[in-house]
Parts: sequence; C-alpha cells; structure tokens
Amino acid sequence: MFKLLDGSQTLGRGPTFWSCFLVVLAAALIYPVFADSYDVGNFSYFFIWIFMALGLCLMWGYGGMLSFGQTLFFGISGYAYGVLAINMGGGSTTIVALVLSIIIAMIAAGILGYFMIWGGISGIFFGIVTLSATLVLAFFLGQTAGPEWRIGSARLNGFNGMKGMDPLAIGDFYIEGVALYYVMVALIVIVYLALRMLVNSRIGNVIVATRENPQRAEMLGYDVRKYQLLTFTIGSGLAGLSGALYTSWGQFITPSSIGLPAAAMPIVWVAFSGRSDLTATLVGSFLLLFGFQTITVYSQQAALVLMGALLLATVMLAPQGFVLGVGKLVADRWSARRQRSSKLALADTSRLQPDET
Amino acid sequence: MALVDVKGVTKRFGGLTAVSDVDLTVNVGEVHCLIGPNGAGKSTLFKLIVGLYPPTRGTILFDSIDITEERPFARVQRGMSIKMQAPSVFKELPVRQNIQIALQKRLSGAKRVVEEDRLLELLNLAPDSGKLAGALSHGQQQWLEIGMALALQPQLLLLDEPTAGMSPEETFRTGELIQSLNAEGMTVLVVEHDMAFVRQIAQRVTVLHLGKIFARGSLEAIIQDEKVAEIYLGKTHVH
Repeated sequence: MFKLLDGSQTLGRGPTFWSCFLVVLAAALIYPVFADSYDVGNFSYFFIWIFMALGLCLMWGYGGMLSFGQTLFFGISGYAYGVLAINMGGGSTTIVALVLSIIIAMIAAGILGYFMIWGGISGIFFGIVTLSATLVLAFFLGQTAGPEWRIGSARLNGFNGMKGMDPLAIGDFYIEGVALYYVMVALIVIVYLALRMLVNSRIGNVIVATRENPQRAEMLGYDVRKYQLLTFTIGSGLAGLSGALYTSWGQFITPSSIGLPAAAMPIVWVAFSGRSDLTATLVGSFLLLFGFQTITVYSQQAALVLMGALLLATVMLAPQGFVLGVGKLVADRWSARRQRSSKLALADTSRLQPDET
Repeated sequence: MALVDVKGVTKRFGGLTAVSDVDLTVNVGEVHCLIGPNGAGKSTLFKLIVGLYPPTRGTILFDSIDITEERPFARVQRGMSIKMQAPSVFKELPVRQNIQIALQKRLSGAKRVVEEDRLLELLNLAPDSGKLAGALSHGQQQWLEIGMALALQPQLLLLDEPTAGMSPEETFRTGELIQSLNAEGMTVLVVEHDMAFVRQIAQRVTVLHLGKIFARGSLEAIIQDEKVAEIYLGKTHVH
C-alpha cells in the first residue's frame, strides 16, 4: 500500500516528503485551537473547493482530458443535496443526501462521458462540449423562478437560488464550525491519499498512457475508453463532493456557482498549481483560494481580474504550473545539496582511511 | 493452418483506393514479409489487420474467427501485437514504465520486474531505463516499441519497418531476434524495404503494388520474377 502512495506518478516521495506531510497535517489539526472561529470557518470554505481541483487534476493532468464541466457536476450535486435534504428532513438523513447527491453527479458524469468518449470526442472539443453542458444547466436553472419549478417541497427559485436545506448533521448534532473543519481535513486527507494510490496503481499507469498516446495504449490491449470514462466519472464525482459540501455549508446554492466565471476557476487553480501533480494542485489551489478570498473582501472585480492575469501568466511563463515549478526547484536544490554533502563526507572518510591503517 | 486470413479486403479513402481486393494468408509459425514500393498499401493493410482502419469491403479472420468489426484492443487481446511504422511509445514516461505498462496485463509483482529487466537487457536499453522514452534516439525508440510489442507475448507479431533508423549492426540483431522468436513458435508479419533484412528473415514474401497483390511466394521465386524486379527491386539489386 505504501508503495502505491509513494509511486513514481506523484512528486513528493520519500521520508522527507512524508515528514513534511505529517507536520502540515499536525499544523492543520491544531489550527482551530489557536485561530478564531471566523478563520476556521473560512478555511473550511477553502477546503470545499479542493476536491473539485483534485478531480480536475486527475482528469486533465493525468488523463489528458480538459473538462470545463467541474461546476456542472458541482451544481448537479449541490442542487441534488438541496432537494434531497429538504425532502428527506434533517438530522442524519443529510449524510444520506450527501452520498446520494455525489452518486447522482457521478451517474450524470457517466452518461455525458459515455456519449462523449464513445463518440470519439477528445482534445479541445472535450472542453467545448463540457462547457456547453455547464452553460446549459446554468441557464436552465436561471429560469426556474416560478413556483411550478419545485421538486417535492424544494423550490429551485431561479437566479435567487435554492435555500432552506439543513447542514450536515448526525442526529441533533450539526456539523458546523470546528467540527466541519475537522470533517473537511479528514476528507481531504482521504481523497488525496486515495488519488495518490489510484494514479500509482496499474489503472493509473493506463490513465497516463492514454494521455500520452491513446493509440499505443489501445495497441497494448487496453480499452482506453473505459479508462477515460472511469477518470471522468471519478474527477466529476469529486466536483460533486464539493457541490454537496458547498450547499450544506452555506445552506443555499445559486446558478451563478455553475456559470462561466465559476466554471473557469478550477481551470485557473489547477493550471497555476501544476496540473500534472496532485500535491501541487492541493497546495496551489489552497493558496489561490486564500488569496482570492482576501482580495475579494476589498473588491470582487479585482480578484477576478487577478485570476485572469494569473492564468495568462501561467500559460505564457510556466505552462507546467508555478507551484509545481517551485516545488521541483526546491526538490532539485535539496537533492543536489544532499549529494554534495554525502560526497564531502565520502571524501573525508577516504582521507581518514590511510591514517587509520 | 492460417493464423491470419484476409479475404477480398478493399480500403478507400475518398477517391483513393489504397488497398484493392487483397487476399493474404499468414500461416501459423511463419515469417512473412510484405514488400512493395512506397504507396503500395503495405502500412494500410497492416492497419486494416490490426483494426486501426475499418475496411471498405472484405473480411479479416484471425485464428478462424471473424475480427473485421472488432476494435484494435480486442484484436490485441486475441493475440496480435504491432510495432507501428513511426515509433509509437509513451514519450513523456520513463523507458521502464513503458515496458511496465505493456507487461502489467500479463504479469505482476516480482515476476513482472524480472521480465522488465530481461526485456530491457534484450533491447540494450537497461542503462537508459530511467530516461524518458522521448529522449531516446530514433533507433532506440524502435527497439523500445518492439519490446513493448513482445511484452504481450503475441501469437502474431506485426512489424512495420522495424529497422528504420537502425545501424546495419542493429538491423542484423533485429533479424536475429525475429528468427529466435520464430523458432519459439511466434508468427511474424513484417513490412520492410531493406532487402538484405528481408533475405535474412523471410520464409514467404508477398509483393504489393498499387494496392493489389502483385506476386507471392518464396523469396527466391520473387527475386527471379522479372516483373517484380521492374516495379520494385531494381534489377541491379537482385542477385
């Protein structure tokens, strides 16, 4: 199992990396002890989006499929959570609503993915079709203001969005504040480690082979369409997890969280971070979300312009991603220093030997 | 007994007929060479056999089973394996991982690592196993792709110009490799231009010209054929 966590498909390996991982995890776990509840709540909000970014990293960076549809599945799952939580009642049923809404998003991804992949859509057209589907859903939900647009007791409410659903709860205990923060940290650790294992497994090997050369992968006996569909479904399902958590966190969801500006965000996070690595995506997306939120307090427009500028800068200056580039630089320097010091130690030892004999 | 039986296959691309009403039989355990001038339809016929192109007309049997409608991966699973004309490897992945991806369907754990090492030694790629495949020379990429094709342990090995970009020594070694694989029972179908290489390995030869079968038989019979010499071999080459 540890071999899969530490495999060649993921950067950041060995005792040094895992020590850093444990230090960061420990810091995240003790953070609520020192921080005020507002900051803890903000961090929970940032964590919501990380799943969507990791899903896109899997599809785009590892699978070579640029999906513009992360907010499509975010929206499907977010609205599904709302409809289910309102109709099923509160309490522990919200957990069932969360799981079901992710399953619904994955089924939707499976259907859309099947028609695209079996229809031979790839490359830029994959992005165009997923973006089109995203915009269709956003426009559709925008015109559902009338009272006739309801599912059971849940009104869709057009641009004003759906509200009134309960947050996640176990019995009478609402998972909010610090509890939500810890649930988020646990989910991120589970998803991150599971994805590391996936990409370093045999399936991961075929996923990257399909990105590199789908014809050769098929010529080795793999039905590449199945692997692409699996990648797309998992990646979109993670967007669904973000969507359901978002609705439960804010107890509302609107079509603007699906539309074009929202749909572009995961692309910016993952491109800036470095799409070919899960750790870079995790760290970079968190930093960007943190920065975006900080600037949004002063001006939302300025934050959006900055995101656009960052995407441009990434494409022109660091197409592999800034965070990944910096990470590789640090790793190279570190290993070069270690090699130098071990050579020096060796030289010292050899100088000592003649004296000893 | 026929392993591959191509019956009346035609392939048209718009107004161009690349392969026209071709019948080709490759018997179990033989090394069969497909020769012909550029544009004769050799690579197209290969791609039809392996399923990269659907034929416009005709049927293809593999081990007496009609595979005409099957996708390439299903044909590979039946026991065929191909090395394409231009090196087709996973360029952004290390050499060892290329081999690993080809092997992992058949072997796992320590057995797979042993087989990886054996293939890398056989291909003279062991010192470069950590390099990205795209950083290898053209000839080495050819070797790597041959290795990936061999990793599947196919019944039928299809090699499209396997020696392009190789030195004479490497070409000879490739010939020896094919002969040893054939001695172990593997059926090999080769498209090749290098007549010295064809002489080294061929048991039967089929000549394609303008998308049609022009001649077939033993290499000696083909070399004696004046018409073949005229269209392709060039009389000066035939001795």
